[in-house]
Amino acid sequence: MRTFTYERAKSPAEAAAAVARNPGARFIAGGTNLLDLMKLEIETPAHLVDVNRLELDRIEATKDGGLRIGALVRNTDLAADKRVRKDYGVLSRALLAGASGQLRNKATTAGNLLQRTRCPYFYDTAQPCNKRTPGSGCSAIGGFSRPLAVIGSSDQCIATHPSDMAVAMRVLDAVVETVRPNGETRAIPIADFHRLPEKTPAVETVLAPGELITAVTLPAPVGGKQVYRKVRDRASYAFALVSVAAVVQPDGGGRAAFGGVAHRPWRVEAAEAAMPRGAKAVTDQVFAGARPTEQNAFKLVLAERTLGSVLAEARG
Amino acid sequence: MKFETPATTNPIDQLKHIGKPTPRIDGPQKTTGTAPYAYERHDRAPDAAYGYVVGATIAKGRITGIDASRARAAPGVLAVVTAQNAGKLGKGEKNTARLLAGPEVEHYHQAVAVVVAETFEQARAAAGLLRVDYAPAKGAFDLAAAKGSAESPKDPPDSHVGDFDKAFATAPVKLDATYTTPDQSHAMMEPHASTAAWEDGAVTIWTANQMIDWGRSDMAATLGIPKAKVRLVSPFIGGGFGGKLFLRADALLAALGAKAAGRPVKVALTRPMMFNNTTHRPATIQRIRIGATRDGKITAIGHETWSGDLPGGGAETAAEQTKLLYAGANRLTATKLAVLDLPEGNAMRAPGEAPGLMALEIAIDEMAEKLGLDPIEFRIRNDTQVDPAKPERPFSQRQLVECLRQGADRFGWKDRNATPGRRREGRWLVGMGVAAAFRNNLTMKSGARMRLQPDGLVVVETDMTDIGTGSYTIIAQTAAETLGVPLKQVVVRLGDSSFPVSAGSGGQWGGNSSTAGVYAACMKLREVAAGKLGLDPQKAEFVDGRVRVGNDSRPLIEAARDGELVAEDFIEFGDLAKKYQQSTFGGHFVEVGVDAWTAEVRVRRMLAVCAAGRILNPTSARSQVIGAMTMGTGAALMEELVVDKRRGFFANHDLAGYEVPVHADIPHQEVVFLDEVDPVSSPMKAKGVGELGICGVGAAVANAVYNATGVRVRDYPITLDKLLDGMPAVA
Repeated sequence: MRTFTYERAKSPAEAAAAVARNPGARFIAGGTNLLDLMKLEIETPAHLVDVNRLELDRIEATKDGGLRIGALVRNTDLAADKRVRKDYGVLSRALLAGASGQLRNKATTAGNLLQRTRCPYFYDTAQPCNKRTPGSGCSAIGGFSRPLAVIGSSDQCIATHPSDMAVAMRVLDAVVETVRPNGETRAIPIADFHRLPEKTPAVETVLAPGELITAVTLPAPVGGKQVYRKVRDRASYAFALVSVAAVVQPDGGGRAAFGGVAHRPWRVEAAEAAMPRGAKAVTDQVFAGARPTEQNAFKLVLAERTLGSVLAEARG
Repeated sequence: MKFETPATTNPIDQLKHIGKPTPRIDGPQKTTGTAPYAYERHDRAPDAAYGYVVGATIAKGRITGIDASRARAAPGVLAVVTAQNAGKLGKGEKNTARLLAGPEVEHYHQAVAVVVAETFEQARAAAGLLRVDYAPAKGAFDLAAAKGSAESPKDPPDSHVGDFDKAFATAPVKLDATYTTPDQSHAMMEPHASTAAWEDGAVTIWTANQMIDWGRSDMAATLGIPKAKVRLVSPFIGGGFGGKLFLRADALLAALGAKAAGRPVKVALTRPMMFNNTTHRPATIQRIRIGATRDGKITAIGHETWSGDLPGGGAETAAEQTKLLYAGANRLTATKLAVLDLPEGNAMRAPGEAPGLMALEIAIDEMAEKLGLDPIEFRIRNDTQVDPAKPERPFSQRQLVECLRQGADRFGWKDRNATPGRRREGRWLVGMGVAAAFRNNLTMKSGARMRLQPDGLVVVETDMTDIGTGSYTIIAQTAAETLGVPLKQVVVRLGDSSFPVSAGSGGQWGGNSSTAGVYAACMKLREVAAGKLGLDPQKAEFVDGRVRVGNDSRPLIEAARDGELVAEDFIEFGDLAKKYQQSTFGGHFVEVGVDAWTAEVRVRRMLAVCAAGRILNPTSARSQVIGAMTMGTGAALMEELVVDKRRGFFANHDLAGYEVPVHADIPHQEVVFLDEVDPVSSPMKAKGVGELGICGVGAAVANAVYNATGVRVRDYPITLDKLLDGMPAVA
């Protein structure tokens, strides 16, 4: 870990300005990912702006019947919130499928969205990685790629986004609210929030330097049967090989987003019309153009079967 | 004490303490955080500086330059030790690769430097400033590719009995299948850690080491100083599993760092460093051929195994159990070793038998199916009570059949559907599997020193280690039994090289051998004490804190009236192991559910029935076996060091990437010990049991997965991607 300076922000706009003012600065909230990355010198911020005391830790009803989740709401509290459990079950289930109780107690809503990949080569600073050191190359291509992306990847990077929560938020059409260093706010649909790696895998979201997430809003409840199914090599405390967040309506229609397959939660809305025809009809479209490696081609079969399982469960 | 003839009735047979379920006597220290571990010796080295190890970032080649100037100038840095300034270093007898690289690099993350600073954070930050330049060389990293170049190692020799080729060729029913097991990591909870301090040219190392005398010898050899100038202290160890059998980089670099810094230094390997810097269980490729008559009698059994290691290293001895486990007149075992430039391979959790049975016990299951026999019945038909190669040499005890029969009854084996893929519960396909457990019982010379103090306390001193296994407790039970004193009157001191050399902890020899050594020393103390009391030691009984001959009975404490009595002895084993084959046996039963959609495998329940001589402490023995069953489950379903064959290292080198079972993976375990005493093994009539618990588990899981799905996976770990293609259609 490199030496860094530290300050505690007094307001969201001030926090944003403080990060913008200090090149290489980072926000810190729960720190469940950033601190590990700093210890390994994968992240080497010169300055940390602590946002933990900002009053962004409430879950409030919105005017249009949805929920506004403060950026600092802890994963544990969000998963346990009665409104979330009742109306957004897929989100609660996704949260509880991730990490451990201790981590969820610390991890925040915004921080969860900003988790960095768990690609093993990203974690080994002796190995080339375009995400960690732009231009150094991608070790995962041609290397150990079993856990990595099958779609949306590039010749520069085949990393996946590790979040469960974000997959559920994607299927719920969440919106990310931010404040910029100049005090302006904006609302970013989650579909536009995470970027694909393309030629700049180190740039993972559309956030501008210093831009701070203040909340995530969920639209009014969409009802339906809400399922989160996470498939992994052990029963708990592992990242998804494939996950499915789904909302299935009584008429057989619905929505589905996939985790563990791409650089961002993967959802193809146009494919959802095929849902009444079964899983394969959906995944054939969702994964059209997939570029798996030899080691992870099984994820395409697995995604179809997992969605099949989810649909069977939802239809009882 | 020499143990040359089978034990007759002795004080251990009283069974007042031995054999009783006894909570571990070191439990309160562990649960209150007062048990001192190697990295926490503030009590002995309060001013210790921190060493941070820098590992090589190439798998093979040379260091062409080291620039330590920025690291040396960083805040708090006291020393940077590399091969350039460490002085001449030797190599320990038990080490294959050197513990400090330079100029040659033998494997990825081989240590190239230790940076010593006032704080851990300063040492770590300065380590990031060290610049090391390399000239990489090509290496061999792929066992399958190197298989053709593999040669027969010195040990073990190949074995031939009868005419295997002919018998196999003419067998009416036969199997010829190849199985693979991956490289695996010990992944113990406590990392390799040491604190070192020098005084007058002698070094003391508080460390985490299973084999104190091996570590001491190799430390002296590496530093080039007399053994008398090295003291190792290792009273508490947070798991070893074979990963701490040897001197490793943490201990050497703590010693070198302390010398350079002129004050005590402590070093712990970081978790991401452990996988490539230390030893691991090597991958194997195993070919098994079995021929049998139509009524299920094995006529030919052959087991060949290939593994790799660094030049000068050893083989994973995965074919050895096949010499002994089943009958059959024509037999072959062969071991081949290839040169690989991966990190050093060595012992881990029942080396040899654990991966060997992962293959053999699937083969037996496959063969039973070909014969249309229940796999338990097939094993029973091929039981042998003698060494198949030397029929005049019987097993000292062999209750494999009883283990399997009892296990079948307890587990509800009769409910298993022999046709795979037929039992469905909701979204789960359910199957049962069985495997034999087999692990040889080894005995090792082991010493101890006894003190009878004037206050009545009995103190045991031995360099035996407790790696979480319960050594403290069984040693206290042994002393209490032999000397006729209450358990709470016994104080056990372990893991210090200033104590008599013991068997140490490894190869499941520690429990039986070390307690036998303590028994020998206690018998010596009985002689001294009886003599002091003027009683005939041959006739004296030691009961309830008293020494009694006929009607003459005296308090034992009186013997120490004029001062502490000290007695020291060791147990030494004769050639009984030549006359009798000593092994431990068991039956593993596993039920799994396999998700019909996703092919995720989840273990539902497990049972082990073990026959392993006298069980000294059923509580700690059970604890060992359930831990071993858990490790066996990990080996079956998830544990794999993934080799990056281009760059020559284990890519998933942290606990997020190298998965071991979590609590949710292990819902229900049961362990049964059959009544058994083995007078051939030692005066304790006990045998090893810890490693028996893992042997066969992997295959029992694999066989259960097959029974659930009809998909036979011969390549461990059995992850869902290997099942998906063959899964039955989801209804």
